[in-house]
Amino acid sequence: MAYSEKVIDHYQNPKNVGTLDKGSKNVGTGLVGAPECGDVMRLQIQVDDATGMITDAKFKTFGCGSAIASSSLATEWLKGKSVDEALKIDNMDIVEELNLPPVKIHCSVLAEDAIKAAINDYRVKNGMEAIKFEESVVH
Amino acid sequence: MLKLPIYLDNNATTPMDPRVLEAMTPYFMQHFGNAASRNHPFGWEAEEAVDYAREQVAKLIGADPKEIIFTSGATEGDNLGIKGVYEMYASKGNHIITATTEHKAVLDTCKHIEKLGGEVTYLQVKPDGLIDLKELEAAIKPTTILIAIMYANNEIGTVMPIKEISTIARKHGVLVFTDGTQAVGKIPVDVNKDGIDLMAFTAHKMYGPKGVGALYVRRKNPRVKVTAQMDGGGHERGMRSGTLNVPGIVGFGKACELCRLDMEEDTKRITKMRDHLETELMKLEEAYVNGSREHRLPHVTNISFKHVEGEGLLMGFNKNIALSSGSACTSASLEPSYVLKALGLGDDLAHSSLRFGLSRFTTEEEIEYTIKAISETVLKLREMSPLWEMYKEGIDLSTIEWAAH
Repeated sequence: MAYSEKVIDHYQNPKNVGTLDKGSKNVGTGLVGAPECGDVMRLQIQVDDATGMITDAKFKTFGCGSAIASSSLATEWLKGKSVDEALKIDNMDIVEELNLPPVKIHCSVLAEDAIKAAINDYRVKNGMEAIKFEESVVH
Repeated sequence: MLKLPIYLDNNATTPMDPRVLEAMTPYFMQHFGNAASRNHPFGWEAEEAVDYAREQVAKLIGADPKEIIFTSGATEGDNLGIKGVYEMYASKGNHIITATTEHKAVLDTCKHIEKLGGEVTYLQVKPDGLIDLKELEAAIKPTTILIAIMYANNEIGTVMPIKEISTIARKHGVLVFTDGTQAVGKIPVDVNKDGIDLMAFTAHKMYGPKGVGALYVRRKNPRVKVTAQMDGGGHERGMRSGTLNVPGIVGFGKACELCRLDMEEDTKRITKMRDHLETELMKLEEAYVNGSREHRLPHVTNISFKHVEGEGLLMGFNKNIALSSGSACTSASLEPSYVLKALGLGDDLAHSSLRFGLSRFTTEEEIEYTIKAISETVLKLREMSPLWEMYKEGIDLSTIEWAAH
C-alpha cells in the first residue's frame, strides 16, 4: 500500500514527539488503543488555566505510519486551540488532511479518542466532570 | 556498488537466476511445440525438453522422474496432493492430521475437506515452532489416511522433523504429504531418506519462474495414487490434465539443477550473512528471534522488536529494503500472523516482527546497509513509542487496562 505524501512527511518528521509531566495539574493525558491491536497512542495537552488555551501538545505512538501521522497531526492542530475548540476535532478531518485509505480510518478514530481522553483527564484533574462521548463507530 | 532497493523477501519469491532464463528462452518461440504432440518434430522437441527437466527436478529430491507431476505451483500441488489422497483413499478412512502453522494452501484445503465430511486434526506447535512427535502419534486413528506437515515454515523458517514424522506414519500405515515449498533447493531433501510419499514444491522459490511447480507422488513402497482434480487430456499420468508449460518446466529443471550443484556453496555464504544480520540486530534491546534457531532454514530469520509496530517499522526503510512483517497492518485481515501466534507469542510481539529471507544474490554490503537502517529505525520508533517509555520506567504493561477496541 502506498502512503500519501503527508503521512510520509509526518512519519519522517513527526511533530511534537515527547512527554509532558502527567502529574502536573494543567496537563491532560489520553492513552488509547492496545498493544494487542497493534496501536497505542498517548496524547498530552498542556492548558493555560487562565485562558483555557492549549499551550503545548505532545504525543507518543506505537503503531503504523498512519497512526503516527494521525497523532502528529492532532498535536499540531491542538496547539493554540481552546479546550472547547479542541473537542470539535473530528476524525474525518484527519482522514481528509492525510488522505487516509478506508483501512486506516481507525488510526484517525484513535487520534480523536486520544484528544477526548486527554481533555477529560484535564477536566477531572481540575474538578470538572468528565464529558460522556458517544462510542466511536469505527473500531 | 550497493544498489537500492535491497530485496530480502525471498520467502515470498526469489529473483530468477539468469542461467534459468537462458535455458528457457528457446522454448518460447523456437521450440514452441506441445509436449503432447506425438506425431511431429515440434512435439518431440518439447517432450524431450520436458523429460530432461523432469530428470533434473527428480534428481534434486532423490526421486524417480516418473514420480514427478508438473503443476502450476505449490498451491496446486498442495490441493492435488491432499484432496487427491482424500478421494483416492476414501475407502480406507477420512482422517487427516496437519498442523496449525501450515500454509493457507494446506489449511484451506483441509477446511474444504472438512466441509466434504472429512475429519482433520490440527496439531499445535511448541514455542519453537516444531510439532510434538508424541502428540502426532497419539492423534493417529484407524481412519487416518494422511499426515500433512510442511518441510519448512514460510514465516519463521523452522524445519520440521520430517524423517521422524514419516517413521511414525509408516508404523501406522499412514501416508506422508509435505509442503516442501520453502525447503526444496535450499536444504538437502531426499524423498527416500525422508520417507516422503507426496511433496508439493515450486520453481519460483528457488530462482526459477513463477507459474510452475511439481507434486512428487511415490511409485514404490508404497505405490501412491491421487485422484485428479482437473479433468481433461490425461496429461501427467492422468493425475494433472492441461498442456504442459514447456518453457516454465525447462526453467524449473534448470533451477533445480543449479540448486543441487550450488547448494553447499550458497548455504555456507548465506548462513554466514544471516547469522551476522541476526547477531547484529539482536544487539538491540528487547529483540527476539521467533522459532527454533537450531532447526531452521539457512537463509531465514524472523525477529520481533518489542514495543515497535511492524508496519511502522517497515515504513522507515521500505523504499530501500523489501521485507515482510507479521503485523496485521501488512495483511488484509487485520489479524497478526497466525503462525507467530501459534508459537504462543502475544499479539504485541507478533505485531512487532520482521521476516528476513536472504538469497544467493544477497551481498554482504546489502546486509550491512540493512543492519544499519533497521537499527536506526527501531531506535527512532522506540523514542516515539509510549510502550517503550513505560517499559523503561519499569511499568509492567500487562497490568495496564487497555481500552479494548
